[in-house]
Amino acid sequence: MSGVGYVAVGAQVVVVVGGAPVLGGWMRQVRARLEGRAGAGVGQPWRDVRKLLRKEAVTPVGTGPAFRLAPLLLVATTAVVAALMPLASTRTPVSGSADLILVVALLALGTVALALAGLDTGTAFGGMGASREMTIAALVEPTILLAVFAVSIPVGSTNLAAIIAGTIHHPARPASPAGLLAVAALAVAVLAEAGRIPVDNPATHLELTMVHEAMVLEYAGPDLALVELGSQMRLAVLLGLLGSLAAPWGTATGGSLPLLGLALVLLVVKTALLGTLLAAAEVFWAKVRLFKVPELLAGSFLLALLAVVASYFLTGEAVR
Amino acid sequence: MGGLLRKIRRTGRVAEAAPPRPEPGPLPAARELGGSAQVRCIDAGSCNGCEIEIGNAFGPVYDAERYGARLVASPRHADVALVTGPVTRNMAEPLRRTVAAMPQPALVVAVGDCALDCGEFAGGYGVEGAVADVVPVDVRVPGCPPEPAAIVAALRTVTGR
Repeated sequence: MSGVGYVAVGAQVVVVVGGAPVLGGWMRQVRARLEGRAGAGVGQPWRDVRKLLRKEAVTPVGTGPAFRLAPLLLVATTAVVAALMPLASTRTPVSGSADLILVVALLALGTVALALAGLDTGTAFGGMGASREMTIAALVEPTILLAVFAVSIPVGSTNLAAIIAGTIHHPARPASPAGLLAVAALAVAVLAEAGRIPVDNPATHLELTMVHEAMVLEYAGPDLALVELGSQMRLAVLLGLLGSLAAPWGTATGGSLPLLGLALVLLVVKTALLGTLLAAAEVFWAKVRLFKVPELLAGSFLLALLAVVASYFLTGEAVR
Repeated sequence: MGGLLRKIRRTGRVAEAAPPRPEPGPLPAARELGGSAQVRCIDAGSCNGCEIEIGNAFGPVYDAERYGARLVASPRHADVALVTGPVTRNMAEPLRRTVAAMPQPALVVAVGDCALDCGEFAGGYGVEGAVADVVPVDVRVPGCPPEPAAIVAALRTVTGR
């Protein structure tokens, strides 16, 4: 079993690292088709990364270690999250450490590293982007924690593997009021955390409306490749988390290789489906004003709070 | 939302069929880019006629993005500087700095007659000179203003797609 567990961890990381740019390309392609354009193809983000890796690295004058280390830290923390999270299998050698608080902390570490890098450049837009990103992060992290707490109450553990294994054994759980509220809250939090419309627009050219893009304006070449790969991996991991919590069926709970293969295929299908849905929704939405973002996130926090309350009052007995 | 959905279904694809790939393949200077070119627009003093055509080149009908070109917000992210207009005295130094900020390998594309030889504005008291007088130019797109198809064709010689 442990051999298959190691294979599962390795496969999760490979699928997330290799598939995240493809997911990004796929989402751009969906948007392009809905806008009547032909689109650059699913492989374009990988072509961009390949080209950026060939380009020269630029260190702007006056930047220090925070600027140098942030891209590495962003990709490394996201890769660790991809290894920890029970995306394909709940029985891996590291699933005991797949604690919800650790996962959120790792994602926050990547956010903070990039915000510090934005400040380190000393440009007006870098600092502005960093302050906006931290404002949004401060509102999003509690929502993610609370939403997953709501689904963790019936299981009695904050371990993601235990939560997902519990949901597989009680298939009605995601359809409970607490489960639905928690998934709705988490969906909004994922949009904000991944920097998508309506909170942030990843395709914007207007510095004054930027959040994530403003922090990375000074990155070039291989560093930019890491930053882009890191943010695509974050989106893939967060959509994977949402998919695993809302519809965990297919996630391998045993130790057989064919089941693991099926789980990986289902993971890719689920994440691609969520990505398609998000890309299509983005065509209909506009980015909200920055001052309206706290209202949106407060709404999702309220949903998460209601989910926790509902799971106490409606499913509290099920624990014992 | 229903109205937009209906419109999407009714309109379908508006991107025109892709013209054949440019013959000699990508420029030698652009071979490293491998089918991907991030573009930074620099208005060095243009009348904005060229900007409208560039906007159309990246719009749904001509869809330059399908050949791997994408507009970006920072010269650090860019492989191509798309320079328009005669270079005015106030924009000469910003143009030099923007091109210097681009990581190598990088190309400069001069768009429009003004960018090539100052066009209508030649000899004006505020004009420093053509783009080639300020920074080395790799690709030239003539026209006043050039058609979006010509801008797309120039970008395709960079991406090679």
